[in-house]
Amino acid sequence: MAKYLLLKHYRGGHAPAVEIPPMDQWTPAEVDAHMQFMHDFGARLEKAGEFADAQALAPGGAFVRYDGEGRPPVTDGPFAETKDLIAGWYVIDVESWDRAVELAGELSAAPGPGGKPIFEWLEVRPFLGGSATATE
Amino acid sequence: MNESQLRDLVPAVIGVLVRRGADFAAAEDAVQDALVEAVRVWPDDPPRDAKGWLLTVSWRKYVDAARADTSRRRREERLDGEPTPGPVGAVDDTLRLYFLCAHPSLTPASAVALTLRAVGGLTTRQIAQAYLVPEATMAQRISRAKRTVAGVRFHQPGDLGTVLRVLYLVFNEGYSGDVDLAAEAIRLTRQLAALADLEEVAGLLALMLLHHARRPARTRADGSLVPLAEQDRGMWDTRMIAEGVDVLQTALARDRLGEFQCQAAIAALHADAQTAEETDWVQIVEWYDELLRLTGNPVARLNRAVAVGEADGARAGLTALAGIDSSLPRYAAAAAYLHERDGDLLSAARLYAEAARSAPNVPERDHLTRQAARLNARLRS
Repeated sequence: MAKYLLLKHYRGGHAPAVEIPPMDQWTPAEVDAHMQFMHDFGARLEKAGEFADAQALAPGGAFVRYDGEGRPPVTDGPFAETKDLIAGWYVIDVESWDRAVELAGELSAAPGPGGKPIFEWLEVRPFLGGSATATE
Repeated sequence: MNESQLRDLVPAVIGVLVRRGADFAAAEDAVQDALVEAVRVWPDDPPRDAKGWLLTVSWRKYVDAARADTSRRRREERLDGEPTPGPVGAVDDTLRLYFLCAHPSLTPASAVALTLRAVGGLTTRQIAQAYLVPEATMAQRISRAKRTVAGVRFHQPGDLGTVLRVLYLVFNEGYSGDVDLAAEAIRLTRQLAALADLEEVAGLLALMLLHHARRPARTRADGSLVPLAEQDRGMWDTRMIAEGVDVLQTALARDRLGEFQCQAAIAALHADAQTAEETDWVQIVEWYDELLRLTGNPVARLNRAVAVGEADGARAGLTALAGIDSSLPRYAAAAAYLHERDGDLLSAARLYAEAARSAPNVPERDHLTRQAARLNARLRS
């Protein structure tokens, strides 16, 4: 088994395949269908024994860096409208890269306006393991 | 004996060890070790006297640990000569533990962790699961907290206010992992109320009971939130409400009002209404006035504005909202609600979307997004 990160971006990730209006512009039924899909997706991962973690991030925050001895850290934020902004992630624990891609494809087909898939780009990243494996 | 009965015994046993000369940190460690052993051994071999068992094993663990610690050689000699258990002064010891674990020198997160372990008798693993951190992290937090209070004398009187705030924090954490923290907070507050006959302890217990009674109606099966006005009131736990009201009335009769009694009174008025329409908003506003007089809390001011909107109409609510700091959590949601009641759907939809962006958790964010979508759909039609 290997762990993969499925990363969702609010904006600024890969250029969208289909332009989707913000969710508060969808009909209530479309919002419900989308949220139900997300809920079911997580439940399905758990049932399959492939779920490791899921977290959502608030849109606020800032970039922060060290600014030299005795000085407080520099912050740059809130994020500019044009910056890449991560919305959240799933961590999945699956047999193969192909399985990770398959799951990301399913998640990307979440329903949007008119019940049509939103074709969202998801970033799929393999984790580097924390311990060395024995090799002969 | 079930797990919560077992955990009831923990603070008294720690107290006995402390009175026999153990320092708090060592006593707490010993009882935790005994607890872990109890969980392992009891299912197959339940003791006849649970408390006696826990005390004996804890004492043995403590003596073993003290012996292993060569720097304590002198004390070891004294321990060996110590007689076995005397009568247990459970009440005072337990109360002192509440004060020590919520000592003002501790950060809230440390006080919560220490209280759950030493007073609640939860294992480090359970506490870690409930707060979604690794067990090693929680173990460190607890041992740091114990070092912080190491210099505090066990018999020193404590600060009731911090104890109540710690219990309220635990209650609000709700439910995650396999530990129901809200139920645990109620158990600990109930135990505290039995030890300390004080109005605000009763007020907090009543508040918890009245909120907890509505929990089954508060979320749907898919985790989405149900606002108070839309809840199926048939799902409220009427026995728990009756108990909460009873505890509150006894406290209020003593005429020493405090913030938890005020909040419980507001919760009781909600619980008292058969339908949302029957809610006595005028009285609720009066209780918010009382709460503001006592605390000046800006969140209470915000909630009061919503209540005024119900009692005297949305326009009055919006007037009450003016002058409240708009950066307060949930300000945008309250403003959205009042603007919708006032018929200004455009502002309401915009504010709901803004509230969704600043929501503190996923269920609230999703709920507020739905509200914005609902109003935008009405505006389009």
